[in-house]
Amino acid sequence: MKTESEEFIPAVSNDPKARLSLGSLVPYAIVGMFFGIVFVKAEIVSWFRIQEMFRLESFHMYGVIGSAVLTGMGSVFLLKRLKVKALTGEPIRISDKVFQPGQIYGGLLFGFGWALTGACPGPLFAQIGAGYSVVLITLVAALAGTWTYGALRRYLP
Amino acid sequence: MKLSFQIKTSVFFRLLMEWLTQPWPWYVAGPLIGLTVPILLLLGNKTFGISSSLRHICAACLPAGIPFFQYDWKKESWNLFFVGGVFVGGLVAGTFLSNPEFIQIAPATKQALAAQHVTDFRGLIPEDLFSWSSLTTLRGFILMVVGGFLVGFGTRWAGGCTSGHAIMGLSNLQWPSLVATVCFMIGGFLMTWLGLPWILSL
Repeated sequence: MKTESEEFIPAVSNDPKARLSLGSLVPYAIVGMFFGIVFVKAEIVSWFRIQEMFRLESFHMYGVIGSAVLTGMGSVFLLKRLKVKALTGEPIRISDKVFQPGQIYGGLLFGFGWALTGACPGPLFAQIGAGYSVVLITLVAALAGTWTYGALRRYLP
Repeated sequence: MKLSFQIKTSVFFRLLMEWLTQPWPWYVAGPLIGLTVPILLLLGNKTFGISSSLRHICAACLPAGIPFFQYDWKKESWNLFFVGGVFVGGLVAGTFLSNPEFIQIAPATKQALAAQHVTDFRGLIPEDLFSWSSLTTLRGFILMVVGGFLVGFGTRWAGGCTSGHAIMGLSNLQWPSLVATVCFMIGGFLMTWLGLPWILSL
């Protein structure tokens, strides 16, 4: 039996209205757009690239993920070290991940799905944008999977 | 004078477009993706993660009284704007920056897939496997529908996907994210080596 305690802990905000104005949300769409362009241009959304990765026949995806993680690590280290504040004025805070058995079971299941579809959730959106309309079905199936998890959650370890 | 300037700009533009339409190498793409982590933190203290968007869509469209979907999803709208942006980015890249050449796949992978009757090596995704017409075949159904379901169910159960755990979590040195990432990879290897040969032969 799980509690619902690990619901979203919304970032501390002085003014909830300010955080939900269109103007404050558009920058996220712009960052997402650049992200989607990189996804397609570096062929990370390609089923073939994911096959190469899992067949250990190309370095490309390992290079992408590895250099992304190193870049992220370096930036998080600097942000914490220099005690940088977000543009909203709040101190930057990253909540710690708590270990749960689901990270193993769910992780394996997602790995199966990743190899089948050649996509994680992000690439699904980019693939649809890039004109592969049938991926809409994959996205709906992913939504169904998410919803089913929500419904079965209390019976799962 | 003016003409030479025009020629110079047109040459510059052509070279730029040539570079933009080429596939980008990993050492360009990886750091750009990694930079998403600090950009989102700087913009509004947001932690990078994409699979949560699926949860917010469920909470917005079909909460069905399930406690897991009873929260103020509007507070997390930024995440939906972000994935909307990813969709638009895919549209822009696919429409204006698409690579005129066929995708370059590792020869070993290409041979192995060709032996499995994959014949379409033009785009990012083989149409033999992923298309509206193959949706009704057992093979297509497993790849698209079962695969998609596992992506949605698995990422939520794991509490994140490649972005939330592998990139954000590892960037913040979280060991549970390392466990999750290792399991993502193990699952992928198992499916690729043990499951896919049978599924592709259907």
